[in-house]
Amino acid sequence: MTTEPMIRSESDRDPEFAAWFTSLVEEEKLRECIHCGVCSGNCPLASHMDLGPRKLMALSRQGFAEDVLGSNTIWLCTSCYACTTACPQQIPVTEVMYALKRRAIETGKAPSRHPVPVMAKGFTKMVHKRGRLTEAYLIAGLALKSGITRYIGMVGVGINALRTGRVSLKLDSIEKRDELSRLLDAVDDHSKEVSVR
Amino acid sequence: MTAYDYYPGCSLKGTGKPYEESLLAVFEALDVGLDELDDWNCCGATAYMAVDEKKAVALASRNLALAEQSGKDLVAPCNACWLVLNKTSRYLDEDQDLNDLICSAIAGTCPSISGNGKGASFEFSGNVSVRHPLDVLYNDVGVEALENAVTNPLSGLRVAPYYGCQIVRPMSPFDDQHDPMTMDHLLAAAGCDVASDYPFKTRCCGASQMMTMPDVGIDLVSLLLEDAVSRDIDVIAVACPLCQFNLEGYQPRVSKRIKAETKIPILYFTQLLGLALGLDKKALGIKRSFVPVEPVLARRASDD
Repeated sequence: MTTEPMIRSESDRDPEFAAWFTSLVEEEKLRECIHCGVCSGNCPLASHMDLGPRKLMALSRQGFAEDVLGSNTIWLCTSCYACTTACPQQIPVTEVMYALKRRAIETGKAPSRHPVPVMAKGFTKMVHKRGRLTEAYLIAGLALKSGITRYIGMVGVGINALRTGRVSLKLDSIEKRDELSRLLDAVDDHSKEVSVR
Repeated sequence: MTAYDYYPGCSLKGTGKPYEESLLAVFEALDVGLDELDDWNCCGATAYMAVDEKKAVALASRNLALAEQSGKDLVAPCNACWLVLNKTSRYLDEDQDLNDLICSAIAGTCPSISGNGKGASFEFSGNVSVRHPLDVLYNDVGVEALENAVTNPLSGLRVAPYYGCQIVRPMSPFDDQHDPMTMDHLLAAAGCDVASDYPFKTRCCGASQMMTMPDVGIDLVSLLLEDAVSRDIDVIAVACPLCQFNLEGYQPRVSKRIKAETKIPILYFTQLLGLALGLDKKALGIKRSFVPVEPVLARRASDD
């Protein structure tokens, strides 16, 4: 059996990341985390995570960007808010997870074929262009881009959905597609940062 | 007649079709108007927020802006849509800079909302509330009115109410966050034998992970279904299209996993209310269930 040292050194820290992280929530509320672990204890996905939410918060605050943005934790979060409502310090943990997902995607740290960021990007692209999501196309695109073999077990579900008339194969769109695309681009140009709540 | 604007969201036009069918049928039977919001767009769900926050807010805001035109409350049946629209509404209310940014962007790019020409401007009045059908049926229509309209009480049908995450967390304006009861009361009014002790009524169904990481999703729904099997539940009632699809779609795999046959129909609470109101099964989308519903209903009839 081989073991790897779990000790992280000062040189692995990215102070800019730590400062960015602390500024996410107003009044430096993230410094108020007492590491009680209630977030991890309440997280229904914690058993699948390499770092639970508590460790993720601790490493983020110290600036260990590589550990945080390379963890599977941020991609496993389903936004069920069990952590947020349980936190005794009222830290919006789920919103922080969203911010970490965005940071990973923006800085290219998201694994290129990981199904969660692939799905998020496919979703965003379809909605930006058409204004609505057509489920069947989202899933087809996801399977093609993240590895089709993982989806063999879902064929039966697809057949059932077709059989019961619950799949639309017509790509849905809103009428004012141009207005919506321009609206989304208009807010993009602006320099204002939205703070996490 | 009371009337609301109706925001279906993308799922109710696809996998969640029986939710839309039964919702419209039940509201019509109770004489409550639902007018589909003209040219609504996707709410962004959980995916858009993971990519771009400002665009996600703008996307959801367009729906709120459209709803402002009639000024009626907006009914959003999907839990994710309901939360995104409510959160966005709160952001716009609490953050004036963000509100200004979105309003000027709408004025500059959406003539169909703000009018044409150089003087185009837009402001949110903040008068539109985003409501879930559970909220409207429980608080506006009322349990008593529902009870009076029931012609076919579903007595003997053991139903576990499952609320999912996002209508109780992080906001819970119309129900108890830890032990929500609105659906329990509505189903009781429909005559159901409500399993209010079902312990997982607000635990995550796996949401979009069922698509992206199916093994993880199966793990989460197995827990929910295994408990329902052990309690002899006939039907699990849901209020969200993603919960419905996750709980229903993978039962053959769950059966293998928990080593117990799992064949529990997962019905929208509106489908059950519709049955109790004596509405046509086809109009309620009952036949769109993957797990056959008739055997469960027949068993109940033979127990009577």
